[in-house]
Amino acid sequence: MLRIVVLIKPVPDPASAAERLTPDWRLDRTAAPPVINGNDEYVLEAALKLIEAHGGEITTLTMAGHGATDVTRKALAMGATRGVIVTDDALPGSDAVSTARVLAAALRELDYDLVFAGIDTSDGLGGVVHAAIATVLGLPYCSYAARIEPNLEARTVRVRRISPVGYDVLEAPMPALIAGTQALGEPRYPSLKGIMAARSKEVVTRSLADLGLADGSVGGGVSTTQVIDSRQPPARAATRVVRGAPDEAAREVVAFLAERRLI
Amino acid sequence: MASILVVGEVTADGGLARISTEVATLARTLAGQAGADVGGIVVAADPTAAATELAGFLPAVTAIADPSGADHVAPQRVASAALESARAADHVLVGASPDGRDVAGILSALLGRGVLVNAVGVDWDDGPVVEMSAFGGKLITRSRFTGGSGIVTVRPNVVSAEPASAPGIVTHGSTNGGANLPPVTVLDRVAEASAAAPIEEARIIVAGGRGVGSADGFRLVEELAEALGGAVGASRAAVDSGWIPYSQQIGQTGKIVKPRLYLALGISGAIQHKVGMQTAETIVAVNRDPDAPIAEFADLVVVGDLFTVGPAILAELRSRSG
Repeated sequence: MLRIVVLIKPVPDPASAAERLTPDWRLDRTAAPPVINGNDEYVLEAALKLIEAHGGEITTLTMAGHGATDVTRKALAMGATRGVIVTDDALPGSDAVSTARVLAAALRELDYDLVFAGIDTSDGLGGVVHAAIATVLGLPYCSYAARIEPNLEARTVRVRRISPVGYDVLEAPMPALIAGTQALGEPRYPSLKGIMAARSKEVVTRSLADLGLADGSVGGGVSTTQVIDSRQPPARAATRVVRGAPDEAAREVVAFLAERRLI
Repeated sequence: MASILVVGEVTADGGLARISTEVATLARTLAGQAGADVGGIVVAADPTAAATELAGFLPAVTAIADPSGADHVAPQRVASAALESARAADHVLVGASPDGRDVAGILSALLGRGVLVNAVGVDWDDGPVVEMSAFGGKLITRSRFTGGSGIVTVRPNVVSAEPASAPGIVTHGSTNGGANLPPVTVLDRVAEASAAAPIEEARIIVAGGRGVGSADGFRLVEELAEALGGAVGASRAAVDSGWIPYSQQIGQTGKIVKPRLYLALGISGAIQHKVGMQTAETIVAVNRDPDAPIAEFADLVVVGDLFTVGPAILAELRSRSG
């Protein structure tokens, strides 16, 4: 019996290409439909497979206002057992420090053997919050996971961590926090039965007061970072289109590369 | 006086990672603008070689020998050993690599300091002003820390590494006073046949997509990469088909790259791939479909079959060098 908490973040659908910032430089959560962050789906799938093999339960944990219910429902439809949503008017604009502290506080209320997180998110791309959560909680931490193998008797977990030259095999005592990648395997689609079952699954909502963090020590008001301004990147020059015989096209490509001093 | 610390990254063979030479060059430039102190730290089983390399870029480097005996020191141990140096510095710069991100996240929690991630440019105006590429390159934002300190992760290929005019001093430190983080044991390090330099650091990338059609088809991609002195990349479709390992995947759930040249073969350029490579300086694509999305943002598109155009490019390159 394995208890896994999966951290799930709603992100503006990257495929919509409609992401934008609000006038006060925050991510406009209403500009594009919220979806489960891509890497979070891979770790959720890995958690589902582990539960199928070992028995147990999965709790999803989401800190968000807009989109939290949508992504939690989808995770429940894929097979998670229950969902926890942390939401509070003070949270928008939270930095990595606050986000890690809030998620760590929410995790302290839960029982788990493993915590899974996606290696980064398509909106922020930072990939630093999970390491910070593990540090706040004093949990062993393995990142860039391509394979996760818990040993319930020994109370350890083995992780293949992708390295620049291949992979490292890491071992940590449980409970541990693991940040995973797409290499864990393709996520499933929710079945109709799963979607129906999700409707009656438990979803708990927690505020900062519930977590004992309503003292102004976390949230957008105490962010350690601020955006100053933004601009469009310089437009790319018009595309040159080459058609014709392969030899001619190749000569043109190579001349172009030489012109730009790339060869 | 303000101070900046670079946490160096060590490669599998004990040398300094290329990203760290770039980060050190950037830190030295910022320190010059700010009139700040700048130094580095290297934590490794045997840190001497990497620390000496880093001292080629910075005036002072602390070398800390990790006593765990592991040939790869886990990011927890690096962050822990670097903690007191990081606390003493106002700003910490690390590469936005897997290890660098982990070190940044751990130090952020230990020090309660903010992190500005994936910098594509950094200036100094009473503190670092960090440019970041948002939404897959659609927008560039500039951010700063609200307090007097912070941590910055820096993307590869943001600056060119330039050694200092005179090498700096290496001093040996100890791991005393670090944070007591829970243990993660490295049981094994496995090198895979396809292993190459980290694709994020490559100056030239030749990437293949669905159009390459098979693992055998990637031979052509590899040959072109070799002829151009570049690395091999791939779209998710090619990785999902098992033609090439995930480590080479570029895009939303893979790597974000910024090479000088990106040569895309049989890649349509869907948004999920585009966000990983559209800040490449020059993009050249070979695609049968003139209406493929990549034709909208490439600098040059060859409309044709990659299996006839690719070998022709290879022949042309070889005739030039031969």
